[in-house]
Amino acid sequence: MKFVTAIMSAIVWGSGQVLNKQWLKGLAFFAVQVTFICVELFTGTLRALTVPEGAMDIGGNPFLHFRNFGFFTRSLWGIITLGEIPRESSATLIFDHSTMLLISGLIAIAILFVLFLVYILNIRDAYKTRKKIEEGERVSSINSIRLGLESNFEYISITPGLLLILFVSLLPIIFSFIVVFTNYNTNTIPPRNLVEWVGFQTFIDIVKLPIWSHTFVYLFVWTTIWAFTATFTAYTFGMIQAVIISSPLVRFKKIFRSIYILPWAIPGFVSVLTWRSALHPQGPINRFLVDLGFEAIPFLTDVNWARTALILVNIWLGFPYFMSLISGVMSTIDTDMYEAAQIDGANSPQIFRHITFPYLLAATAPQLIFSVTFNFNNFGLVFFLTGGGPGDPSLQFAGATDLLITWIYKLTLEQRMYNYAAAMSVFIFVILATVSAINLRRTRVFKED
Amino acid sequence: MKNKKRLTPKQWFFGSIIHIWLGLIVLAVLIPVLWIVGSSFGSSAAIVDVKIIPTNPTIRNYVELLTETGFPQWFKNTLIIAVLTMVCSAVLNMFTAFIFARFPFKGRKPLLMFIMIFTMFPSFLGLTAIYVIALNFGLLDNIYTLVIIYTAGSIPGNIFLARGYLLNIPRTIDEAAYIDGASKIQVFRHIVLPLSIPIMAFLALTAFMGPWFDYIMPRLLLSSNENLTIAIELFNWTDPQSPLFNLPRFAAASIMIALPITALSIFFQRFIVTGLTAGANKGE
Repeated sequence: MKFVTAIMSAIVWGSGQVLNKQWLKGLAFFAVQVTFICVELFTGTLRALTVPEGAMDIGGNPFLHFRNFGFFTRSLWGIITLGEIPRESSATLIFDHSTMLLISGLIAIAILFVLFLVYILNIRDAYKTRKKIEEGERVSSINSIRLGLESNFEYISITPGLLLILFVSLLPIIFSFIVVFTNYNTNTIPPRNLVEWVGFQTFIDIVKLPIWSHTFVYLFVWTTIWAFTATFTAYTFGMIQAVIISSPLVRFKKIFRSIYILPWAIPGFVSVLTWRSALHPQGPINRFLVDLGFEAIPFLTDVNWARTALILVNIWLGFPYFMSLISGVMSTIDTDMYEAAQIDGANSPQIFRHITFPYLLAATAPQLIFSVTFNFNNFGLVFFLTGGGPGDPSLQFAGATDLLITWIYKLTLEQRMYNYAAAMSVFIFVILATVSAINLRRTRVFKED
Repeated sequence: MKNKKRLTPKQWFFGSIIHIWLGLIVLAVLIPVLWIVGSSFGSSAAIVDVKIIPTNPTIRNYVELLTETGFPQWFKNTLIIAVLTMVCSAVLNMFTAFIFARFPFKGRKPLLMFIMIFTMFPSFLGLTAIYVIALNFGLLDNIYTLVIIYTAGSIPGNIFLARGYLLNIPRTIDEAAYIDGASKIQVFRHIVLPLSIPIMAFLALTAFMGPWFDYIMPRLLLSSNENLTIAIELFNWTDPQSPLFNLPRFAAASIMIALPITALSIFFQRFIVTGLTAGANKGE
């Protein structure tokens, strides 16, 4: 009998539950199925099926076609074919928009996936409840729903968050991963053109076309150097400040600390834009230099100066964070260790080298690694300070200080090279996901489980 | 503390050098800040005329900002987005973090790892997709779309932080409450929530600050002038290539937004440090 209810539910959702005398639950499952079928029927299928076969519409294509079916069928057809009719002129009334089809395909798959989970739940429930009844238990609908809610409390509670991630974060990521396998770029902008599946062609292009591979290698090397240098300089400077301020010789510690915190407290967007204006060829810094009798420095137009400017501004922006962090950690160091070292005759530099420094480094390692990955993707600083410039003709759509991430931005929003941008995104994602996964694994938060 | 001991000459010498150094850094920190404050009172928009102490100080920039530009409207939009994002993300993240910190349900670790990986994927890499999804659901040019996107974007990092914080709160308190017959939601509301105010303040603050200076999402999703947020025009006013280039106006607008936000973050400094160390392994 338990298999009968399971099979019943597999065909008509909730019917097994009704057989188990759980009306409410059965009705709920049935409602899901009805909604699903109604959406499919009334978004097109019904219309497509009721029009006599061979009927033609304005565009001259048979009405009985996947394009005219309901949401789910149409979307699945769309993601497989990416459309068949481009909009060659504004007179074309029936046309397919490849990227729309791709995204609705993904949305449909996501919804179908959720529905599938409900479907499985429905069958499993019909089976399990029957089993309980056969074993002599009496389970009413409301009671079992309450029990179900109670025992699945965790999953139900995290569902809203997970759904948000699914539609706002995961879907776009999957979209990027998929676009890599198409030829979606400025030459195939829909709806005028159709996008096609091209397999690994994008990757082959990047490796084979010298200008792409050169740009990629150049920017990758610079991005890596930048990520480490920027982190290292800001960290070192922050540590120096923290250590100096902690010295007993320093007076007015509180005032110094509150002033140093300013660059961190002021919104980065405003500071970076301010620095951009300050470094302008006729900006205050150059006027000051000229007044002193020096030559003006081409901060944003010379490659090396632009890079120096980036690193200096990054120190300005970043040291307060590390200073606060390190000051915080220093206050947790056991003073007994210092006293013991002093008794053993160690001087302050020795104490710093052998006790304080290793301790600080170990305690701040996760933030340090996080900071490297953050700087690897430090879009805000580079984009708003140098804009990736100065330009370099040997690079494809990039300037000499562009990071991979700002290059991707330019490829996406300015050049519409979506498939190439997606390939780069995938690449960055793989690198950073690996680093952060390793980093996370060794932090306490994960070990404690 | 100050005059406990007389300083030896050597200490006095080192002390002076340290204070000179600290003073120099103070200058390096303050001069750009003062420069932008000064330029907001400048009477000429030309970059050569922008000085710390302007020649003909005027408050014209502020008056123009409030009367001749869409600033008040943009400010209102951004404020709505920021407040809603703050509330949604603080509630959602705290509750989800509570679940992840307290209940050993099946699949927790892989899920957590899976969520964390998303912090590594900058949101705008999915720009095209976000745009088309918003288009499909009719959510373009709507400021509430940004609330959804910012809230979703805050989930991974915030859950991680809040969970780290909650792990440091002993479970015995919860257990006592369960024995007294409290439900999970009651434990969350009456025990965990009051204890996690510092981390919640941190999450709320970061969520509140984000929308003010995000440039990419508003540019992508908002189009009509009355729906814009502040960051977009702020950027145009400092772009030398833009016809809108107007440094004093940028300075005035920045000060009007940055002042309350800077004050907030200094005021909440102690929560910020809590937030920073929440995910860290306190030196073991």
